[in-house]
Amino acid sequence: MDFDLMLDSIPKILSGSRLTVLLVTLSLSMGFVLAILAALLRRSQIPLLVIPIKAYVFVMRGTPLLVQIFLIYYGVGQFEVIRASIFWTVLKSPFWCAIIALTLNTTAYGSEIIRGGLESVPFGEAEAGRAFGMSGWLLFRRVIFPIAIRQALPAYGNEVILMVKATSLASTITIMEMTGVANTIMAENYRPMEAFIVAGSFYLILNFIMTRLIQLIEWRLSGHLRPPKFSPAATR
Amino acid sequence: MGLLSFGNAGWGDEMAWATLMTLTVAVCAFALALIIGTIGATAKLSRFRSIRIVLDFYTTVARGVPELLIIYLLFFGGSGSVMYLARIFGYHGYIEINAFSAGVAAISLINGAYQTEVFRGAVQAIPRGQIEAARAVGMNDWLLFRRVLVPQVLRLALPGLGNCWLSALKETALVSVTGLVEIMRQAYVAAGSSQMPFIFYTLAACLFLFLTTFSSYGFRRAERWAGRGVRSA
Repeated sequence: MDFDLMLDSIPKILSGSRLTVLLVTLSLSMGFVLAILAALLRRSQIPLLVIPIKAYVFVMRGTPLLVQIFLIYYGVGQFEVIRASIFWTVLKSPFWCAIIALTLNTTAYGSEIIRGGLESVPFGEAEAGRAFGMSGWLLFRRVIFPIAIRQALPAYGNEVILMVKATSLASTITIMEMTGVANTIMAENYRPMEAFIVAGSFYLILNFIMTRLIQLIEWRLSGHLRPPKFSPAATR
Repeated sequence: MGLLSFGNAGWGDEMAWATLMTLTVAVCAFALALIIGTIGATAKLSRFRSIRIVLDFYTTVARGVPELLIIYLLFFGGSGSVMYLARIFGYHGYIEINAFSAGVAAISLINGAYQTEVFRGAVQAIPRGQIEAARAVGMNDWLLFRRVLVPQVLRLALPGLGNCWLSALKETALVSVTGLVEIMRQAYVAAGSSQMPFIFYTLAACLFLFLTTFSSYGFRRAERWAGRGVRSA
């Protein structure tokens, strides 16, 4: 084990981590919004909306992410129509292709998680909201969504970790994020262990931060479930 | 559609062989992971704290580091480490780790970590009273394992194992970076030579979709079969 090489590779991989973080945050935030939309459409009971969403989730979950990335980056460019269109400015860039593929992928998984959360909302809670005169958007925003998201959060945390790991696939389409940088270091020195161990540790740290963030959100959302710090009975 | 025909003119037979390779890698890795998972879960439920810490480290690392990184690590770093180990035992020749074994090793290590958690959860779902009852009628460790734990753990672990199998299947696509000719690699080669990437990557997606659909149907059947003695609401 060459510790100097390991030390040398730390700043290089750290510079690659900026792209990793960018890929994670962009695709996760867009994917989250789209996942909520997809989950709502999936529950709409309108066949014209439900069937396409079902098919979309089925295809995205049944194929490897690598196929999806390659299909978007290499596959779409096969058609002259697309290369001549305005979409080409986005689709010719590996970065945006990775973002699109990661977003589409996490939307499919996320929508199923959020759908599970929405389905777990007790009927009585929504009923109570209606009794207060809430309906539609207000009922969704104040009652249904907060309960659903609290239920879905632990599973969504797993999805976040899977996404952090998934960004490493962006290196296959020439993006120099952490795995890409580690690969270059490996190729330059022909010492595979050092760079990959450093990169692996960075991923572990990133995942640790992500799980902590999710736990923090979970804690914030479940305030009413915790016992009060000073119970009235104790002060009496 | 001559591109997809079988024989010398088309890529049909090559893609079929590649599909077989994908399946072989996935089956080998999953089988190895079953062994790792069983041993891992036993170790994770062990009385000894040091063993539990080692296993916690393994499952955290194997589940927290990208699969691609582990595949690269084993493929490029594998030969070196194996030769280093061999030198300790007095063998000084050159040992090469080929793409197939590196891929199988990487996927089984990752999948084994997930299966460890699946099996651990399943064992913990068995009521303690049953184990006490088995002890009370005088079963020893092995008999208790065989008659009480295994039949129930298999049923409880089946849904989780199904997910593990699907992810093993999909992870084989990543082994293509080592040059192993499975579905993804073959599609890449065919796409490059025919300049028709869309067709070949769509074909690859369809092949994976076929494999995953077919196997999740199999797992659903297996779950129904395993749960035939269980009442449910």
